[in-house]
Amino acid sequence: MTTIRVDVVSAEAEIFSGEATMVVATGEMGELGITPRHAPLITRLKPGHVDVLLENGERQQFYVSGGILEVQPQVVTVLADTAARASDLDEAAAQRAMNEAREALANRSDAIELAEAQARLTQALAQLQALERLRKNLKH
Amino acid sequence: MASGREIKTKIKSTQNMRKVTRALEMVSAAKIRRAQDLMRASRPYARLMRKVIAHVAQASTDFGHPFLIERANVARVGYIVVSTDRGLCGGLNSNMFRRLLPAIGEWQRQGVQVDVVAIGQKAISFFRRIKGVNLVGTVSHLGEKPKLERLVGVIKVMMDAYTANGLDRVFLTYSDFVNTMTQTPTIDALLPLPLVAAEMEAHQDAGESAYAGVRLEVGHEWDYLYEPDAQTVLEHVLGRYIESVVYQATLENLASEHAARMVAMKAASDNANKVIDTLTLTYNKARQAAITQEISEIVGGAAAV
Repeated sequence: MTTIRVDVVSAEAEIFSGEATMVVATGEMGELGITPRHAPLITRLKPGHVDVLLENGERQQFYVSGGILEVQPQVVTVLADTAARASDLDEAAAQRAMNEAREALANRSDAIELAEAQARLTQALAQLQALERLRKNLKH
Repeated sequence: MASGREIKTKIKSTQNMRKVTRALEMVSAAKIRRAQDLMRASRPYARLMRKVIAHVAQASTDFGHPFLIERANVARVGYIVVSTDRGLCGGLNSNMFRRLLPAIGEWQRQGVQVDVVAIGQKAISFFRRIKGVNLVGTVSHLGEKPKLERLVGVIKVMMDAYTANGLDRVFLTYSDFVNTMTQTPTIDALLPLPLVAAEMEAHQDAGESAYAGVRLEVGHEWDYLYEPDAQTVLEHVLGRYIESVVYQATLENLASEHAARMVAMKAASDNANKVIDTLTLTYNKARQAAITQEISEIVGGAAAV
C-alpha cells in the first residue's frame, strides 16, 4: 500500500512524524480526507481533530485549535496553533503595543543623536575589552 | 598604608559582591538549559514553516500578496529589535546595538525613515533616547517562557504598516545563540520574502538548507488548491510565518542572554577573587608591619631602660 509522509508540529513541540495511509482534518471549508498523491492543497484548519491513519490500521488522533494544512503529493504538513486566535484579539494586542511605545516615548528625558549613541556604545565596549585584558594580565 | 580596619571592610564588601555575582552565575547556568530546550522544541515548527513557505514561493499563483513583492523605492524601513530585559549580561545588547546603529545611520543618510519595534526593556530604553528613530511598538518582560501571544501585537504593528505601504522593508535584529561562549548579533531581512530568499541562498549550508527534503515535481507549473481562496490562505500562512520567525528569534535571544550573563558573572566572580586575594595580602602585610613595629618599640624601650 502506498503511504504519505505526515508531519504534525506546533510552535512548542513536534507532535507526530511518520508515514500514513490517510489523513483526516477539518479544513475551513469542511472535512478533508487526504490520501497519497493528493493534489497540492493549502488551507486553514478549524479547531478540531486531525486523524492520522497508520499503515497497520492504527488511528492517531490529535486536537488542534487551528493552524495550517499543506498538502504535497507525498507530504502532508500540519502546522498547529498553540492557542486559539481571533483577529479582534490580535488587533487589541497591536493597539496595546503601540500604546506602550507611546508611553515609553512620553517620559523620555534626554534624547540623543544617533552618532552620539554610537560613540557611547563604542566607549562602553572598549571599557569592557580593557577590563577583559586587565583580567587576563592579572592572571599571569 | 591603609589601616587594617579599612582593608578589612573592603574585603568584606568584595566578598558580598562575589556572593551576588556567583548567585547570578549559577541562576543563569540553570536557566540556560531550559532556554536551550525551548529553542530546540520550536525548531521543527520553524523548519517545516520554512519548507511550506518555500513551496508557496514556487507555486505559480495569480494572486500577488504584498509580502511577496519587492518594492523598488524604499522610503521607510522597519526594524524589529529583540533585546534582553535585564542587564549584567556583558556586551550582549551593546554589541547588537552597535551593529544596528550604522545600518540605521545608512538608511537615514539615504533619506529613509526608520521605524523600530522594541522587544525587551533594554531596546526600549535605548531607542526611546535616539532621535530620528520612530519607536512604534514595544513589548517587554516576556519571562523565562516567552509566549507567542505576547509578541502578536508588535508583529502586527509592523505587518500592517508593511501591507498598507507604510514600510518597504522589515528587518529583524537579535542575538543569535551559537554556543555558550559565542552569541552573534544578527540582522535578518524579514520582508519582503524575495529578499529573504536571496539572503538564505547567500549563506546556505547543505545541512541546514531550507529546501532540504523537499520533493517537488519540477519542470511544470503547478499551483495549490486554495481553500477558501488564495488571498485568505496566503495572508494567514505568511502572517504565521513571520510570527514563527520572530518567536524563534526571541528564544535564541533568551538563550544568548543566559549564556552571556553566565560568562560575564563568572568573569566578575573571578575578578572578585583576585581582588580579595590582593587585599588579604595587603592586610596581612599591614598587620605584620604593625606587629614588627610594636616589637621593635618594646625592644627599643627596654634597651633604653
